[in-house]
Amino acid sequence: MALRILVGCKRVIDYAVKVRVKPDKSGVVTEGVKHSMNPFDEIGIEEAVRMKEKKLASEIIVVSCGPQQCQETIRTALAMGADKGIHIDIPAADLSKVEPYHISKIFAKLATENKADVVIVGKQAIDGDNNQTGQMIAANLDWPQATFASKIEKDGDGLKVTREIDGGLETINLKLPTVITTDLRLNEPRYATLPNIMKAKKKPIEKKTAADLGVDLTPKQQVISVEDPPVREAGQKVEDVSQLIEKLKGAGVV
Amino acid sequence: MFANPIFRRLCLDNLKRPSMRWQSTLVIGEHADGKLTPITLNAITAAKQFGDVSCLVAGEQCANIAEEVSKIDGVSKVLVSDNATFKGLLPESITPLVLEAHNQFKFSHIVAGASAFGKNVIPRIAAKLDVSPVSDIIGIKDKDTFVRTIYAGNAVQTVKSLDAVKVLSVRGTSFDPAPEGGSASVENFSASVSNDLTKWVGAELTKSDRPELTSAKTVISGGRGMKNGENFELLYKLADKLNAAVGASRAAVDAGFVPNDMQVGQTGKIVAPQLYIAVGISGAIQHLAGMKDSKVIVAINKDAEAPIFQVADYGLVADLFKAVPEMTEAL
Repeated sequence: MALRILVGCKRVIDYAVKVRVKPDKSGVVTEGVKHSMNPFDEIGIEEAVRMKEKKLASEIIVVSCGPQQCQETIRTALAMGADKGIHIDIPAADLSKVEPYHISKIFAKLATENKADVVIVGKQAIDGDNNQTGQMIAANLDWPQATFASKIEKDGDGLKVTREIDGGLETINLKLPTVITTDLRLNEPRYATLPNIMKAKKKPIEKKTAADLGVDLTPKQQVISVEDPPVREAGQKVEDVSQLIEKLKGAGVV
Repeated sequence: MFANPIFRRLCLDNLKRPSMRWQSTLVIGEHADGKLTPITLNAITAAKQFGDVSCLVAGEQCANIAEEVSKIDGVSKVLVSDNATFKGLLPESITPLVLEAHNQFKFSHIVAGASAFGKNVIPRIAAKLDVSPVSDIIGIKDKDTFVRTIYAGNAVQTVKSLDAVKVLSVRGTSFDPAPEGGSASVENFSASVSNDLTKWVGAELTKSDRPELTSAKTVISGGRGMKNGENFELLYKLADKLNAAVGASRAAVDAGFVPNDMQVGQTGKIVAPQLYIAVGISGAIQHLAGMKDSKVIVAINKDAEAPIFQVADYGLVADLFKAVPEMTEAL
């Protein structure tokens, strides 16, 4: 079993940044804000690299859709062990109008073109919090899906995946080719070492546009507004446990 | 019949552009272990705002679930698909079933709760209908405009769907559960569905006598400050006094103190109980995303500077190993 794996990596505002809503309510401020790879995608790349180390996979192609800076995200993935990159160039100005609907069409096209056996993406991107792309890629290709994966094993001609569900864990068997989305518990991503970062500079990144793949980016949704969430009123500190219980009884919650 | 040109135009208009009274919604019923999952009731409340509600119940031996759904207020029709193909509610079998129901009944909205099940199946259905789904909605402005959160709940987005069919997942804690009091018709719905892509092997569910986390009235969560898994016993004792569910921060889950289905936060469960007690949790934005809509928030932490105190209604700066047993004792 030597699988060709296509992995997605999204460039998002770093998870530690406190985002600010734009005064015109059109979105959040992204200019001059620290970006990094979506944490769930790091887990996806790590898993692909581990599959290659176990000789389950033969080649790892990493894809990112967005402006020129996405090439840095792809380089990070290459330094972690991916073999080559594909950058789907979408200008920053258009990016906020691109939905998982469009990204999933791009990935489906790339999976077919590159004869991928497995597509791995994070379970959700921490900016849009949509949790849709992987499922939609699978639907577009008519492939099975294993979302929220916490363990991936070889099983005969297919894969056995343990999924994180609401009550605990569930195990499913999948036929190849397949789409997998990663959950936090799947693995702990490695850091890229300096020699690997240097080597990654020599790995190829192919640049394409959605139009090259025949994917139409016309929005299916219109963002009416983006606003701050309601702010909670400042609370009070209590002195001790008895005062706390008194307050909770007063509020009628215990 | 179409002799009168005005009448003729009206008829054609009606065919092309169905009026509101033709709006009809399909709710995909979720169940596990022979029981209806409570989030289905929240999804039905959301769906009622669009018009007539049908509910699909698929699974293996699910007749009693269908019966239960037929008594929910607001449901007018229950479609039952009782077949071994639907065991495990895998999206590869549920999706073609929903598509076939949609072909027959032409729904305006297809809805499920934003649980692990709903998040898994809703986008697959949407892609098959060639529409863009809307995830985890917290509000409905009109039949095609929805409110949802982005960036771990740090921004609220209002989005209008331009698609003919709206495919949505609904945040359970944002809509009340639909009460009993209905008398829907129950109809068998069979479709020629087979699934040779995936096979459900089994589930390992966490057993607990405490209330379910996402629907509990009181939730007590522990974080890294608990130091180890054994110390969670302190929280279980307090939880039993308060009939509360026990949750955890990602730090506590990653450290292996408790299983991951207890995680509250952006990537775990979203809860909005009457009372949320955060014990030894610093309050990272990813955790706040999962609990900040709770009615009353209590924080117990020895670090007076912990961000959790900024959202807590009542904060107690104290050593949790003293404060929690004291609280259990006093209640």
